[in-house]
Amino acid sequence: MKNFILKYYYGDIPEDKSGGAADARQTATQSDWPLWEVFIRSKQGLDHKHVGSLHAADAQMAIENARDVYTRRMEGVSIWVVESKYIHASNPEEAESFYEPASDKVYRHPTFYNVPDEVKHM
Amino acid sequence: MSNNRQILSDYVLHLADNALILGQRNSEWCGHGPVLEQDIAITNISLDLIGQARSLYQYAAQLIGNGATEDRLAYLRDAREFRNCLLVELPRGDWAVTTLRQFFFSAYQMLLFQQMLHSSDTTLAAIAEKSLKEVTYHVRWSSEWVIRLGDGTEESHNRMENALADLWAFTGELFVPSDYEKSVADNGIGVDVSSLKDNWLQKVQDVFNEATLTIPTTTWFQSGGKEGIHTEHLGYLLADLQFLQRAYPGMEW
Repeated sequence: MKNFILKYYYGDIPEDKSGGAADARQTATQSDWPLWEVFIRSKQGLDHKHVGSLHAADAQMAIENARDVYTRRMEGVSIWVVESKYIHASNPEEAESFYEPASDKVYRHPTFYNVPDEVKHM
Repeated sequence: MSNNRQILSDYVLHLADNALILGQRNSEWCGHGPVLEQDIAITNISLDLIGQARSLYQYAAQLIGNGATEDRLAYLRDAREFRNCLLVELPRGDWAVTTLRQFFFSAYQMLLFQQMLHSSDTTLAAIAEKSLKEVTYHVRWSSEWVIRLGDGTEESHNRMENALADLWAFTGELFVPSDYEKSVADNGIGVDVSSLKDNWLQKVQDVFNEATLTIPTTTWFQSGGKEGIHTEHLGYLLADLQFLQRAYPGMEW
C-alpha cells in the first residue's frame, strides 16, 4: 500500500521506464528502443551537464540523435550518452533521512571566504 | 549575358536545384518521422540542403542579373526550367527509400564538393567548403541507416532491396555530364562528374558489404533531369513548393 501514490522527482528514473534492450520479450518497435540520458559540454573547460533524454537503438545512434536534438543551436562541443538503466537514483521516499539533516548545518558552506574576482565559474 | 556567364549560371542553378528539390522532398517527413529524434535528424538535413540551395541561388541571381532573386528562381520557374537530377525528385517512399536515396546523393555531393574546393571560382569554392562539413554528416547518418536496415530484420532487408531496385536506375545520371557541366569543368570552374564515379561506387560497395546488399548489374540508367526533362513527380512537388507565390505573387510574411 505504500506505493499507492508514487512520486517521481526530477532525475529519478523508475525501473519500468528505463532502458531494456536486453529484454527478450521485446519486439523491434520504436517504444522498445532504450532510453538514454544526454550530457553536453557547452564549451571547453566546463563540465558536461545533463540536458535531457532520448530513445536510440545503440550508443552510436544515441550520440547522433543527441547531436541532432540537443546541439542544433550550437549548444555543445562534446556529448556523453549513457543508457538510463545504468543510472541509479536515490529513493525519493528516503528524502527526509538523506537530505534534511544537512539543512541546519550552515557552517558546512564555504561562504566565509572571499572569492577573488579572477576566479570564474564558482 | 555573355555565353560563359550563361553556362556558369546554368551550372549553378543545376547545383542549387539538386539541393532545393531534395531538401523539399525530405521536409515532407517533418512531423511524420519514424521517431521524434529521426524526425529532427531528417529535417535538419532538409534545412542544410535548403541552406546550400540559398547560397547557390543567390550566386545564380547575381550572375543572371536583370531583377533575378533567389526567391524568384526557386518559386517562379516551371518544371521544364529546373535542372536537378531525377534522383532527388522521386517520391520520399518509405524510410528505406529516403535513407538510401540520401546516401546515394550525399556520397556524390561529398566527392563533388571535395573537388569543388579547388574551383577557380572563389564563390563556388567557398560554398563547397561550407557545405562539405554538412554533407560529411549526411553521409555518415544515411550510410548507418542503410547498414542498419540492410543488415537488420528480414522485413527491413526486403525494404532496402526494394528501395535499391527503385532507385538504382536513377544514380547513373549523376555521373554523366551535361553540356554546361562539361564546359565549366573544362574551364576549371566546375567538377568533371564522370571522374567521381569510381570513388562513388567504391563508397557504395563498402557500405553495401556491411549492409548485405549487392550492387545491381544493370547498366541502363534514366536521364534527362539536367536538361529539364523530368518525371511526373517534379510537377506535384513544385505545386506544393510554389503555390503561395503563384497564388499571391510577391507575398511576404
